[in-house]
Amino acid sequence: MKRKTLFISAAVALLAAFVVGTLVYQSQKADTAQALARQSLLVRDHAPTVGPAEAKVHIVEFLDPACETCRSFYPFVKRMVAANPGKVRVSVRYAPFHKNSDYVVKVLEATRKQGKYWEALEALFATQSRWAPNHSPDPDLVWRQLEGLGLDLERVRHDMNAPDIARTVAQDIADAKALNVTQTPEFFVNGKPMPSFGYEQLTALVNDALATAYR
Amino acid sequence: MRRSHSPRQDSRVATTIDGQGAARTDARVSDVGWNLVFACWLIATASTLGALFFSEVMSLPPCVLCWYQRIFIFPLVLLLPVGLFPFDPKIVRYALPLAVVGWSLAFFHVLLTYGLIPESIRPCTQGVPCALNQIEWFGFVSIPLLSLVAFSVINALLLVTHYKVSR
Repeated sequence: MKRKTLFISAAVALLAAFVVGTLVYQSQKADTAQALARQSLLVRDHAPTVGPAEAKVHIVEFLDPACETCRSFYPFVKRMVAANPGKVRVSVRYAPFHKNSDYVVKVLEATRKQGKYWEALEALFATQSRWAPNHSPDPDLVWRQLEGLGLDLERVRHDMNAPDIARTVAQDIADAKALNVTQTPEFFVNGKPMPSFGYEQLTALVNDALATAYR
Repeated sequence: MRRSHSPRQDSRVATTIDGQGAARTDARVSDVGWNLVFACWLIATASTLGALFFSEVMSLPPCVLCWYQRIFIFPLVLLLPVGLFPFDPKIVRYALPLAVVGWSLAFFHVLLTYGLIPESIRPCTQGVPCALNQIEWFGFVSIPLLSLVAFSVINALLLVTHYKVSR
């Protein structure tokens, strides 16, 4: 009797281990597939990126040039990249939630064609209160802030209507929607979103990614 | 005279004690044998489920040699319990041929993965190459090695059972 009980419970235990193992393995595989799918939405070739391609920590930031919090996060992110030379890179994606923000995004994208993107982004962040008083971007005021960067503004005015820029903006908005980005800035570090919003959370996320990638 | 026992009585007592002792030893030996065969069954079943997990869940295609080893481990899962209920020491005789051939195949396979056997006598060229390690845990544990360990333990336990029980 004892032997039969032992045998049957062993058989049940082994089968249960097999079933549980199968379920765990499949859910892990599904997680990886989901992470991969998300990665393809997050990382687009068209996104302006700073930092070496071989950097193992990749921050993807969805931002709106007219968003105040994006402006205050900008130097913070920049410092994090500088503090870990060669290990961190940042890509900018757009989530132009403010009215007329898409206009400003197109201007920014057009400055890329003259190799002045980061200068233009910094200039616009620095003067944000001037061209976007009360959170409402005024397209006419934007141009004044870009003077003195050595940009051919006439060319920018022309380039900003290029179809590839329209595609970039449309793609970013679609990806932001698919990734459930509802507020700016939103950061993804190696595909992981912040658990809750804040400087510390972003720092922790980046430090975790650094520790995992460079141990 | 009251204290003395008749020799007949004495011998009867002795026989009874001897008989009980022998019965007890027999039971203990059969217990040991049962446990050993049961352990073999546990290993065979774990190996079978593990093999099925690799091929059916993880979708790793088994190579030809893997299939031959499967042929010799899968039947043990059903064969050994037949010898467990009720316990029949002869099960060793029925299970050992499978275990020995399986062990030889596993040994050959392990030599192949370590590159200790020259190319020309590799029997498997179609499908998945047998010398390819699809899994490497802790840097040295491969599926053929797991198979070799399982077959080795099963063989050892069956032989111990044989020498302990079926004399």
